[in-house]
Amino acid sequence: MLIAKDLAKSYQSGDRTLTVLQDVDLHIEAGDFVGILGPSGSGKTTLLGLLAGLDKPTRGMVELDGVDLSSLTEDGRARFRRDRVGFVFQSFQLIGSLTAQENVQVPLELRGDADAASRARALLALVGLEDRRDHLPTQLSGGEQQRVALARAFVHSPRILFADEPTGNLDSETGAGIIDQMIELNRAAGTTLVLVTHDLELAARARRTLRLANGRVVADSAVTG
Amino acid sequence: MTPRRLLALAWRESRFARRRLLLFLSAISLGVAALVAVQGFSANLQAGVRDQARALLGADVSLSARQPFSEEVEALLDSLTAAGVRSARVTSFASMALLPRTRATRLVQVRAPEAGFPFYGEIETQPAGRWEALASGRNAVVDPALMLALDARLGDSISLGEASFEIVAALESVPGDIEIASAFAPRVYIPARYLAATELLGFGSRVEYEAYLQLPAAGAAQHFTEAYEDLLGAEEVRVRTADEQRESLERAMGRLGSYLGLVATFALLLGGIGVASAMGAYMAQKQETIAVLRCLGATSRQVLVIYLTQAAAMGLAGAVVGAGLGASVQWLLPQLLQGFLPVEVPIGLDGATILAGIAIGLWIALAFAIIPLLNSRHVSPLGALRRQPATAQEEGVDGYRASAIALLVFSVVLLLMIQADSFQVGLALAAGIFATLGVLYAAATAIMRSVRSAPKHALPYTARQGVANLHRPGNQTRIVVLALGFGVFLLANIALMQHNLLRPLRMDGASERANLVLWDVQQDQAAEVERILGASGLPVLQRAPIVPMRIAEINGQPVQAGEDEDDADDGSQTEPERWAVSREYRSTFRDSLVGSERLIEGEWWTGPTRSPYPVSLEREIADDLRVELGDTLTWNVQGVMITTVVTSIREVDWARFEPNFFAVFPSAALEAAPQTLVMLTRAPGLEARASAQRDIVSRFPNVAVLDLTRVQAALDDVIGRISTVIRFLALFSIATGFVVLLGAIATSRIQRVRESVLLKAIGATRRQIGAIMATEYLLLGTLSAIIGSGLALLAGWALARWLFEVDFGIPLGSLSLLLALTGALALGVGLWASREVFASTPLEAIREE
Repeated sequence: MLIAKDLAKSYQSGDRTLTVLQDVDLHIEAGDFVGILGPSGSGKTTLLGLLAGLDKPTRGMVELDGVDLSSLTEDGRARFRRDRVGFVFQSFQLIGSLTAQENVQVPLELRGDADAASRARALLALVGLEDRRDHLPTQLSGGEQQRVALARAFVHSPRILFADEPTGNLDSETGAGIIDQMIELNRAAGTTLVLVTHDLELAARARRTLRLANGRVVADSAVTG
Repeated sequence: MTPRRLLALAWRESRFARRRLLLFLSAISLGVAALVAVQGFSANLQAGVRDQARALLGADVSLSARQPFSEEVEALLDSLTAAGVRSARVTSFASMALLPRTRATRLVQVRAPEAGFPFYGEIETQPAGRWEALASGRNAVVDPALMLALDARLGDSISLGEASFEIVAALESVPGDIEIASAFAPRVYIPARYLAATELLGFGSRVEYEAYLQLPAAGAAQHFTEAYEDLLGAEEVRVRTADEQRESLERAMGRLGSYLGLVATFALLLGGIGVASAMGAYMAQKQETIAVLRCLGATSRQVLVIYLTQAAAMGLAGAVVGAGLGASVQWLLPQLLQGFLPVEVPIGLDGATILAGIAIGLWIALAFAIIPLLNSRHVSPLGALRRQPATAQEEGVDGYRASAIALLVFSVVLLLMIQADSFQVGLALAAGIFATLGVLYAAATAIMRSVRSAPKHALPYTARQGVANLHRPGNQTRIVVLALGFGVFLLANIALMQHNLLRPLRMDGASERANLVLWDVQQDQAAEVERILGASGLPVLQRAPIVPMRIAEINGQPVQAGEDEDDADDGSQTEPERWAVSREYRSTFRDSLVGSERLIEGEWWTGPTRSPYPVSLEREIADDLRVELGDTLTWNVQGVMITTVVTSIREVDWARFEPNFFAVFPSAALEAAPQTLVMLTRAPGLEARASAQRDIVSRFPNVAVLDLTRVQAALDDVIGRISTVIRFLALFSIATGFVVLLGAIATSRIQRVRESVLLKAIGATRRQIGAIMATEYLLLGTLSAIIGSGLALLAGWALARWLFEVDFGIPLGSLSLLLALTGALALGVGLWASREVFASTPLEAIREE
């Protein structure tokens, strides 16, 4: 499902080259649930960005669902995400001017699906928010907002879901509920799940964990067992 | 994604931004309003001219000449009358009018029409319907301005020369007349048959002889012109058809509309800059949303379409609002231009004008919005992950950006070209505008830098904070200075032009310059006139004989006179200009230079002269005649040929109301010729001027006296009224500047609320918050005004020096007022727009977060 080879990312900072990620080789199977773990600044979010095609690597390649992301243009990668990738963010990233349902509809509308509204309603029902669908993000609690984000992430039946610290802005109880729901949806849809976190407890729920430090993969439970 | 869904998403996404967006885009509303008002007025005016085409001339054809019609022309007119063509003569000349009851005098324009004139249209009078009564006796219909000046009443007797007339009505409107022209000499209509009784058509009077014809069939005017062009041309008779009159008025009114339209366009372009700045700020705030949309799979084109749709919808709304406003204020323009218009302007809504205004408004809004909108293409989806400004991945000038800039420049140039109806003028104006804006931008940048580095320790905290706001991150200082400064620049320029064009004509108490000009003084009246003036203690400051003449030969070649003066110049650099050859010259003779002229080539004559006599020409007439020093000119002085050699060229200051001449002869050449005299005197005070005029006119009714203080007052009035119209349109620009200021405040609203709440939380009072903002807005307004008027001073100085060639002066009063008003308005508008910042409590702000 997801293959990364010799992945590296560096930035130019003045005269200095800052390498934030290097020598990453990965192979994630379809339907797997992988947690990427590491302290702040270890390169987790950079790796997520590269794997999801949000950014271009300085070296190496990413093949996602059989497609070499480097062969696609910026807009080509956008279309690819629209069809096969879902996202859950730490800060929910709902569009403030859209209602819950309209937020959930966006991925479907972007690709022109005719049943966007009914699909969105169904997903909101699935996360238990059908009566909140006309509410704006500011009228929802943090947990509710993240559930709307979950519905949005799954609404177009992505092949893979990337989650970046999905419980980082929630209290532990609400966070746990969100993770339960995410795992449930993942299981039901057969989606591959890649989750970035620095929360060991949350990472422990993944079938496989990768540990990052200083931009390198220092441990992989698939290898170390 | 289907276009319908994209539009729906764009609409939904704008949910909370619509009011703000509309405010941004309403910057173009005022420009559209000004443009629609001018264009609507112009369309109505042109329609008025077209509808009233025949009434504008009063006939199908008019013939006019500066001398009585020759026998050939009279024979032609007789034959036409015999063939059933109706004709009416009108004789016009300037003369003094005296009202015996009040003993008041005034220089007037006498017109003596024969019964039947005008054939088309109606001369309206007050009381109504008295025009027809004119011919029934020794009656006069006079300008209301004259009634006022002479303190006359209906039924009063008015003297013109040796005849008296009863005032039976005041003029209400004369089709085709530009009423303001009568500010210099009010009109008096008398019946033609009593013209001779005035005894005013003596030697040297400047009389216009006209014959108006009503032809039997439509289209006959063209045939008439073609058939008699040569004959009439040779007899120095000018022919004008109703169509030509209409075309010439249409051209003149078109130029008026186009000029006013340009002033309106400035407001529109300024609005465009406001839109660009506001869209830039809007897009900066939307970066996170765009990053999320990109994450969710929106292509850069889809994102662009979403925000372009929002801008277009709001631009359209702004343009529609502007067009509505423009349509409703267009009726103000005929009021402001009262007296300048030859026809009654019908009030009507011109659909095409309104649609064009909306289209132009939308086009300009989008042309200016597209550059900031294109920034959305560079927002990286990574911004959604990192929650930080998702900076451009590929900043700089790419193909799209370069095309957008090209589109913008092209739009501005094209719009100005359309308005100016000229490629060169449009291009020059665009260059001027870009240069002005460039200088304003540079000045604003320089001020921000100097404010940042200036020591502020001595200032109180609130002032320091207010000053610092001018250069804090995300500030809108440049754009506000640009918009407000440009408005001030326009208004200051108008004030400077008005001041400097009128200044040379000012006659203050201290001046020793003449203020009364007496002309048509016959030779045998000169001594008595001088005696009358002397008895009242009035000095004769200048005394110039005037000899009418025409050019017969240039360098021995007979000249072809009688061509139509209006004929287009063939552009030849060797052939003399037709008007210069065919005109009647009113020359003088003297043996020294006067104060208003300066020798620039050749030498003035000294000692006795003999034929061929030396002659001194004015620089421009020498150019137009294509003659130089040493060339020979032969003049026909009432039948006597006098040959001269050009021995000097003079520069003449025409702006001084003194008798100035194209050609000056030595005394020996013209002393013996029939001549009249012009005399200049200075009478201090209104009463002295009035009594001098009265004394002269009662003794010599043929002598015309021009009171230069009245001319100055009339010019003040004319230029003042033109300035008012331009100022009215320029107000749209400065108002746009304030809308831009409002937009700038709205743009930084969240940041301002956050800051003020923070300050309140740590103990700042509302008064202190107010003082900080007051300092900022007052500074913004005042700086804009100083920069704008500073630039206007530079431009005004350059125009005064090189274009108008007048001394440059600064109207300190009006400029100070402009500075104070701009500062005060910026303060008022700024504080009003920030009332929410005052009011918000820390708790509300946290909720908003």
